[in-house]
Amino acid sequence: MKAKDIIKNGLIKENPTWVLILGMCPTLATTTSAINGLCMGLATTFVLMMSNIVISLLKSVVPDKVRIPCFIVVIATFVTIVQMVMQGFIPDLYASLGLFIPLIVVNCIVLGRAEAFASKNNVWHSFLDGLFMGLGFTWALTLLGIVREALGAGSFFGVNFIGGADGMLLFILAPGGFICLGLLMALINHIRKTK
Amino acid sequence: MAKKAESTLFNMLLSLTLIALVASLALALVNNATKGPIEEVNKAKVAEAIKKVLPEGKKYTVSADTVTVKMAKGDANLVRYTATDDDGTLIGKAIESFDDNGFGGRLTAMVGFDAEGNISGYEILGSSETPGLGAKADKWFKPTKVDNDGNMVNDLESGRNVLGKNPSINKISVKKDGGEIDAITGSTITSRAFCRLVETAYTAFNTDTEKGDKEQ
Amino acid sequence: MKLLNVSGSPHVHSDESTKKIMWRVNLALVPSLLVAIAFFGVNALLISIISVASCLLFQWLIEKFIMKVPSTIWDGSAVVTGLLLAFNVPATREMILLVIIAALVAIGIGKMSFGGLGKNPFNPALVGRVFMLISFPVQMTTWPKVGGWFPVNVDATTGATPLGMIKERLKNGENLSEIMPDMPSLCDIFMGHIGGSLGEISALAILIGAIYLLCRKIITWHIPVSFIATAFIFSGILWLCNDEQFIDPLTTILTGGIMLGACFMATDMVTSPMTKGGQLIFGFGCGLLTIIIRNWGNYPEGVSFAILLMNSVTPLLNRWFKPKRFAN
Repeated sequence: MKAKDIIKNGLIKENPTWVLILGMCPTLATTTSAINGLCMGLATTFVLMMSNIVISLLKSVVPDKVRIPCFIVVIATFVTIVQMVMQGFIPDLYASLGLFIPLIVVNCIVLGRAEAFASKNNVWHSFLDGLFMGLGFTWALTLLGIVREALGAGSFFGVNFIGGADGMLLFILAPGGFICLGLLMALINHIRKTK
Repeated sequence: MAKKAESTLFNMLLSLTLIALVASLALALVNNATKGPIEEVNKAKVAEAIKKVLPEGKKYTVSADTVTVKMAKGDANLVRYTATDDDGTLIGKAIESFDDNGFGGRLTAMVGFDAEGNISGYEILGSSETPGLGAKADKWFKPTKVDNDGNMVNDLESGRNVLGKNPSINKISVKKDGGEIDAITGSTITSRAFCRLVETAYTAFNTDTEKGDKEQ
Repeated sequence: MKLLNVSGSPHVHSDESTKKIMWRVNLALVPSLLVAIAFFGVNALLISIISVASCLLFQWLIEKFIMKVPSTIWDGSAVVTGLLLAFNVPATREMILLVIIAALVAIGIGKMSFGGLGKNPFNPALVGRVFMLISFPVQMTTWPKVGGWFPVNVDATTGATPLGMIKERLKNGENLSEIMPDMPSLCDIFMGHIGGSLGEISALAILIGAIYLLCRKIITWHIPVSFIATAFIFSGILWLCNDEQFIDPLTTILTGGIMLGACFMATDMVTSPMTKGGQLIFGFGCGLLTIIIRNWGNYPEGVSFAILLMNSVTPLLNRWFKPKRFAN
């Protein structure tokens, strides 16, 4: 497997959000604004990257029967680190994302990549896979966040462009998340297929 | 590829124990490094809210106590921050007040009063009100306008405004209930909760310090 | 009712009959439209025209440029959606433009994204309405005050719907015996001289349209009757238990959207069950949910949510109550 394929897989071909449709809970819950989506994506990327590296290192010493508990311990450790660092140093972000950070532990992408990729490949490839799967997740969340924020609050990364008026509230609520996700998924898969 | 460790009981115990040990060690280290900043951040948050709601432009020191206030559903303990200057003269008080009957449940806010009991400011600390409707409470009751010099100032004449009003003179409730505050458009329930919250805070403002200390 | 009975799924109508049915539904909506224009004036007319026009336009655009299929805009279904959509919004001046967004959502998301007429699981007009209610809660709950006949400027004052007023004052701790004197008389309510969405105000006009549809055998009595009867009985039980907290059953069914919903929206052929048994359960569910949402929900009105929820179980009801086969 070439590094180029891994990068392409993460960003487009096996994009966690648009193609694998994994990790829907944080996707819908945190994309109420572009910045929240971006930060959630980056936090997940960090966890994904680190856990992939560690799990790839551990793959030969961990007995098969206890591999899932071991993976979860590793993932949970990194998630807790992210949470504590964010709480201490980026309190504003923690105020809006705090609730969802612990949920990264149960994000299917993280355990999914650990099981499907990191436990079978070398450290360098696992690192690349974690990084680009994470970035694939990040761009999807950011795009969704941009669209939902623009429609729902009339702003772009917090900069209001409709001058005081209210946006279409539905889009920053959960049902709007589903609708946006579905429409964007249709659009992106259409573009992917016509290419 | 290296040979995989076999799933014997010993191997499983050993690997899980080791991984858990390393993980807890890493967490302990990070916790140590972030404990200080997290505490500071939390303290700064409260201090920031107190500073925002108390009268501006004066130097003061803040002391905290707990006040018990009678509410519709039993008593509630509110945290009260009393600000005094160096001579011990009262500058104002900030009260962390709440009301349980917002549209989305509990609405919490820091409400500040000056020495005479006039509302000097408020900050919504926690709410689960609807975005775009009840969630507007964070700015609604302290409207601003641009004055003749082009500065943003508080619009004290607005019907929405609560700043400068004294709950013992002004009726802090929405106009529909005979008060003098304009409710948030489409969110009468949130507005009522906010007004009750301010009234509760005012009761706490008037509660004697000694009594408050005793019940602490 | 022959048309519905003979058809097992897949449910395909010939083009001709769909067209005829849809235009007859439109005709049945005319009395309500006239009442709306009489009580809300020019705004009501403008909202209806713009709503219908934008529904047609969006359907044409989507069919031409996205789906690349022959246009079906003259089958009348987009006009029905447009009219029902207009009937579900308050007749304020702001709505004249906002209804365009509602039309885009109703046609684009509610109907065409599922493949067009006959494939949509939810009533498109209600999808549009609920979208508006959640997205523009202030504009969607600002009601023009009903004045005299053919008012020119209805925005000058805003009034409340009877249901909205009751809900708010109940929450404020008042009893119904204190509130009821401020309610419009039952006669006014029946004629439609009350605040509310454009097309829901007059029970009389809706009944005229519904009777026409029944005579033409476009709808059957099952859904409207079980819907309204369930709402009547359930609210009656509540009223007998505590007449200070729950509205009497007659006022319940005549106010808000129960009449409009039961006669024109719950009976939508595409999104309601095909068999009589299924239709009775469907109507029962709508009535029950409406009363539950009205009394214990956050919104004063629950008809649209109730119908949408029941729309979602229509496939199950269709499986449960399969049409009888002749061979057996």
